[in-house]
Amino acid sequence: MFIIKCPYCGERDVTEFSYGGDATRAYPQDPAQATPEDWHAYVYERDNPRGWHVEWWQHSQGCRQWLKLRRNTLTHELGRTALPHEPLSPDDDEGSDA
Amino acid sequence: MIGDQLRRHPTLGGALDRSKALRFSFDGQRYSGFQGDTLASALLANGVTLLGRSFKYHRPRGVMSIGSEESNALAELRTGARREPNTRMTQIELFQGLEAQSQNRWPSLNLDLLSINGLVAPFLAAGFYYKTFMRPRGFWEKYEYFIRRAAGLGRASGEADPDRYERIHRHCDILVTGAGAAGLAAAKSAMQAGARVAILDEREAPGGWLRFDRNLIEGAPATVWLDETVAALRAADNVTFLTRTTAFGYYDHNLITAVERVQDHRAVPDPHKPRQRIWTFRAKQVILATGAVEQPLAFADNDRPGVMLAGALRGYLNAYGVMAGHKAVIFSNNDHAYRTALDLIDAGGAIEAVVDVRPSPAGDLVRAVRDRGVRVYTDSIVSHAKGGHALQACDVTPRGGGRPETIECDALGMSGGWNPAVHLHSQTGAKLDWRDDPGCFVPATAKWPCVSVGAANGDFQLADCLANGSEAGAQAAKASMGGTTATAVPGVRAFREERPHPIWEVPLGPDRRGKRFVDFQNDVTVEDVELAHREGFVSVEHLKRYTTMGMATDQGKTSNIAGLAIMARLRDKPIPEVGTTTFRPPFTPVSIGAIAGQERGQHFQPLRRTSMDDWHAENGAVFQNVGLWRRPHYYPHAQEDVDDASRREVTATRGAVGVCDVTTLGKIDVQGPDAAEFLNRIYANGFAKLPVGKARYGLMLREDGMVFDDGVTSRLGETRYLMTTTTGNAGPVMAKLEFYLQTVWPELRVRITSVTEQWAGFSVAGPKAREVLQDVIDIDISDGAFPFMAAAECRFAGAPARLFRISFSGERAYEVNVAADHGAEAWALTVAKAQALGGSVYGLESLGTMRIEKGHVAGTEINGQTTADDLGLGGMLSSKKEFIGKAMTGRPAYLAPDRQKLVGLRPVDGATWIKAGAQLIEDGAAAPPVQMLGHVTAVAFSPELNTPIALALLSGGMARAGAALEAAYPLTGESVRVRVVSPHFLDPEGTRMHG
Repeated sequence: MFIIKCPYCGERDVTEFSYGGDATRAYPQDPAQATPEDWHAYVYERDNPRGWHVEWWQHSQGCRQWLKLRRNTLTHELGRTALPHEPLSPDDDEGSDA
Repeated sequence: MIGDQLRRHPTLGGALDRSKALRFSFDGQRYSGFQGDTLASALLANGVTLLGRSFKYHRPRGVMSIGSEESNALAELRTGARREPNTRMTQIELFQGLEAQSQNRWPSLNLDLLSINGLVAPFLAAGFYYKTFMRPRGFWEKYEYFIRRAAGLGRASGEADPDRYERIHRHCDILVTGAGAAGLAAAKSAMQAGARVAILDEREAPGGWLRFDRNLIEGAPATVWLDETVAALRAADNVTFLTRTTAFGYYDHNLITAVERVQDHRAVPDPHKPRQRIWTFRAKQVILATGAVEQPLAFADNDRPGVMLAGALRGYLNAYGVMAGHKAVIFSNNDHAYRTALDLIDAGGAIEAVVDVRPSPAGDLVRAVRDRGVRVYTDSIVSHAKGGHALQACDVTPRGGGRPETIECDALGMSGGWNPAVHLHSQTGAKLDWRDDPGCFVPATAKWPCVSVGAANGDFQLADCLANGSEAGAQAAKASMGGTTATAVPGVRAFREERPHPIWEVPLGPDRRGKRFVDFQNDVTVEDVELAHREGFVSVEHLKRYTTMGMATDQGKTSNIAGLAIMARLRDKPIPEVGTTTFRPPFTPVSIGAIAGQERGQHFQPLRRTSMDDWHAENGAVFQNVGLWRRPHYYPHAQEDVDDASRREVTATRGAVGVCDVTTLGKIDVQGPDAAEFLNRIYANGFAKLPVGKARYGLMLREDGMVFDDGVTSRLGETRYLMTTTTGNAGPVMAKLEFYLQTVWPELRVRITSVTEQWAGFSVAGPKAREVLQDVIDIDISDGAFPFMAAAECRFAGAPARLFRISFSGERAYEVNVAADHGAEAWALTVAKAQALGGSVYGLESLGTMRIEKGHVAGTEINGQTTADDLGLGGMLSSKKEFIGKAMTGRPAYLAPDRQKLVGLRPVDGATWIKAGAQLIEDGAAAPPVQMLGHVTAVAFSPELNTPIALALLSGGMARAGAALEAAYPLTGESVRVRVVSPHFLDPEGTRMHG
């Protein structure tokens, strides 16, 4: 049972959030120019890391904000959360503020 | 000796209130006890030692322990709807009129015919299920019935639980589990530092072993310190003190769940209180002071009633005044069990012998016992316990071998030392370390902010419990809130104890007879573990599953160590290298009622009702649940069934007019200067040029190119749209739109809001639809002014409304949205007008029939595996713009000609219903396996065509038009010959809806 730090609402129980998948993949910047390989990578290719990962979560029972969450899939430790436009990588080592 | 509490000591028993006598019954026999007794202590006081039969061999069993680790003394408690199986008698508080039954015996506890299993025991060894019942193949189902009967535990009541349960959530700085010496010391120092503390204990009274042992704190009996400390904690307003509360689960981020048995100690709960309560604690710091569990020793027939853990023997004496035996023997591998000998002697009992596996024990307690003239057999073992339904004697044999000496006894206290109750620590995934002295597993580094103290950490001396507990409380307070206070630790005299000898199993005696139980509840013996090893089971996890050791409801609290030790001996490795199994929640069984709490019956999940719900109910609607919503399925008249009613409703709608509640469709208000651009990217068809006052059917794809959802979106103003979604996808569509706006296209100036609940919706369909509405709508709805696919804001009988000329039924149809508060009124008015014109209301069944007649797709066709082209909607995909999912629509597999595509079906005989879900195959007579070409997605009876019809997804789709196939439903053996036709059964040109 995680406690996730919503950028707007603060620390809230995981039951208020919905999981939204891998946040390390970005929708192609220019869809018209993207190659089939780009689309294949975006739609289908997913790592299944054992360790730190960045995921999309939506505060669906709260402010409805989509956010990025750094989570350790092995230990369930949580790292930083970030708004969609803010960079956040699995290797982020700025420490945990959750 | 049975009855009259003849085993009760005249003065001892701190837990008892002797002024309150209680009557109770066990297996129909009446007994008396005192307030403060447990069922186990009261039965022991009455000399009742045979309490149950074992799981597999139906061996007679008595009480083994004095706590939640009990694996023998299980009972069915109460009667009728409150009957509860497998309750541990050691934890059941006695109450006036308590009724309990022994379990797993037939016809009675004394004469159990199934104890014949003990004679055929060689065939019931580890893994016997796997070996015996696998042949002949397929017979398992026949064996299973008898096996389950013979190897049962208690019986559930089979009736609805009459009691209430509830849940509480609590945040705290420090959670202390266990209110023994260490836990109380920790809570006290944390309380004094000002932290918000919660402290739990599973027993009815706090104190742990302070109540069961004789100890001095600051020179006074330990109960003085106990009472003072408990009083101080209970008085503090920063402390939550819960007894009868078991912490049973430890989850991520310091979430601890506990069950409080609020009213289990009463025959019937107070009507204003829940029976049990689940607490969910979120703690900044957790202190585990869960104590330790004494381990049994595996010697021959160590399960005879009268054999119990040495600590339990003295606990029953000190707390409940029960002299479980007058001639007792103690069998131990450690010094601690000598306390039992001292306590029994001081209470006037006789100790026949202390049998110690160690060659020359000389600790303080050992000397004290010797000083009282007790014979101590060193370097010896109890090789066999004798007796049937009760212990009569035991054989003592030197460890080096030799003739056994038989000693008469009526109680035998065994002790394999103590193992910390590491269950909660282990549940988090944290590891254990093996500690050689005294020979037990202790918690390694905790995973979350948590520390184990006292016996739970392998520190068994009272002085250490108090000092370490106090320190842990202060440290936790500092960590969670800063600041610190020094707390005085009371003085305790320490006994010098020597190291236990790490053995938990001993050889059979010279008679080579008897069973040495390791897991008492699942009847697993030393021989079973040895057999598993011979058969190649090396991992402890495999050993556990093969022998079922540790898999009973006691989760192996008293069997894991011995099992591991045997495995270690067989593999010739040290115990820590053999490893431990994983403990999982719950620590002790938790009733389903408590877990469900108040979320049962109609509170299981919320029920969403539309504004018109009361009208539906009053007019006899049969409801159907669609997600959380309930919607009218059909409105039967008199004796009509669903088919009759639907046929009437459809005929009335197509002949005159029908009214249907469509409030549940998702409605999303889309606003902003870039709203048109946003919708154009979301929908697969064009939305950029939709004029104000027009509605358009829109198709949404997923990013992988499959169809996601469909609905009608209307442009209400220059920068304002109303989107509708299917009922089931309202939530997912909203979340998806928010995802794209917030993460992919943050530059778009668009805001979206769900308005599903703000607007009641109903459709008015049929040739007389306009007639129904023209007088109540304040705008001109003539065909010229309000043609097909028009949309407008308006007033309905004065109420704010929106009107859309759209059709799902294929008839001339209008969809009305009215401000939700006016929904019921507007509906009633519309229905009255429709009925005056020969129309009807209609429900989901008729809605489905009419959409099937028109070949409109719904959830069974939009199943996540169909593309727009599969559904006959390929022409909608825009080639002029980018949209979600576009890039994937050209993938070769999506264009394969044999894809399953939408078709219509009619039975060749024109009469037989086609089953939804039926498989389409070429030849009904062919022997399987046959190629499955597709399946039937929706079926209906068309009153207008006077034939059953169906929609299906069929390989090749309309390329097979005209072909005859078999719609086979092997589950029921039904099969019908069908012909492939266009899915547009009625009015394919759409002349009706265009008007």
